[in-house]
Amino acid sequence: MSDFNIDERVDITDVVCPTTFVKAKVALEELDEGQILSIKMNDGEPVQNVPRSIKEEGHQILKLLNNEDGTYELIVRKVGDD
Amino acid sequence: MAVNYSLLKKGGFMRQKQKNNFSLRLRVVGGNVTAKQLAKIAEVSERFGDGYVHLTSRQSVEIPFIKLDDIENVKAALAEGDVEPGVCGPRVRTITACQGEAICPSGCIDTYALAKELDERYFARELPHKFKFGITGCQNNCLKAEENDVGIKGGIKVTWRESDCIGCGVCEKACRQGAITITDGKVAVDNGKCNYCGRCCKACPTDAWDTVHGYIVSFGGLFGNQINKGEAVIPFIEDKEKLFKVCDAAITFFDDNAKPSERFKFTIDRVGKEIFEKAILEAYNE
Repeated sequence: MSDFNIDERVDITDVVCPTTFVKAKVALEELDEGQILSIKMNDGEPVQNVPRSIKEEGHQILKLLNNEDGTYELIVRKVGDD
Repeated sequence: MAVNYSLLKKGGFMRQKQKNNFSLRLRVVGGNVTAKQLAKIAEVSERFGDGYVHLTSRQSVEIPFIKLDDIENVKAALAEGDVEPGVCGPRVRTITACQGEAICPSGCIDTYALAKELDERYFARELPHKFKFGITGCQNNCLKAEENDVGIKGGIKVTWRESDCIGCGVCEKACRQGAITITDGKVAVDNGKCNYCGRCCKACPTDAWDTVHGYIVSFGGLFGNQINKGEAVIPFIEDKEKLFKVCDAAITFFDDNAKPSERFKFTIDRVGKEIFEKAILEAYNE
């Protein structure tokens, strides 16, 4: 997808719940407001739950891309400067 | 004078193995106890009991080792802390609830508010046998709705709202029932597969769903000497007045038909499931 200029990427496929969300949250904290993060996650529990947790943190989800290899990339715009 | 144990039991005083000792069950609604109540319960357990309490399997608190001669003094002391005795025996028991929508991110209904309303409506109502209500906020079912005579589970009925959808695809993956498919940017929900868990709309970044919060009600659950999973008659009840009508109908059916010491499940089986379902549907459609 070329609609997004991805500023940073994080891979959370090497950790399990609840570290998946923690790793994504830490990566988001490193960004400035408005910057875009791509979060690579596994199918199953991560893709079921992580997007909702990111939403509940107040960030803006733009797209979920299916890599067709058992992983997904969630494209998130950082909201707020914490 | 002979001690009237069934009257004491009705007032929450449970006879112990130890002669003239009672475990006093307290009235708790939806599993919440205030700090003021806790302080008084602690004081009474030290003064009149053995200095501890027991948390029951259904969210009540019992103070063991209350002496027969102290019963009136204990009741008076507890009243100072807004604490009342609970009930046991053949009547409507403690209404149990998880924390629900007011506290829990997964909750679909305000379980505590509903527990209070049901408690006001039914608490301690005399019936042929024990009758338990349990309220759980969502499909995670932390409160185990189906093990109760009447189990109430919160749910959300969803309708996709295309105008707000950004086509991100999160809902399709958030759904654990395989009920959502996205084709050419259009979201379709298979209502036969949807279990009203609400995960799609809770995960949606733009809240592109019209939602109705409601109730999935099961009847005839048991989890004691016999085990039975309560079953729903109506897939989803959208409004609270209908819910109360259905609960009223269930209790009335039990009161009218049950033999003494017969649990709801066995009344339904003996009288006939079709007859019971007809009574519930009539109340619902009234």
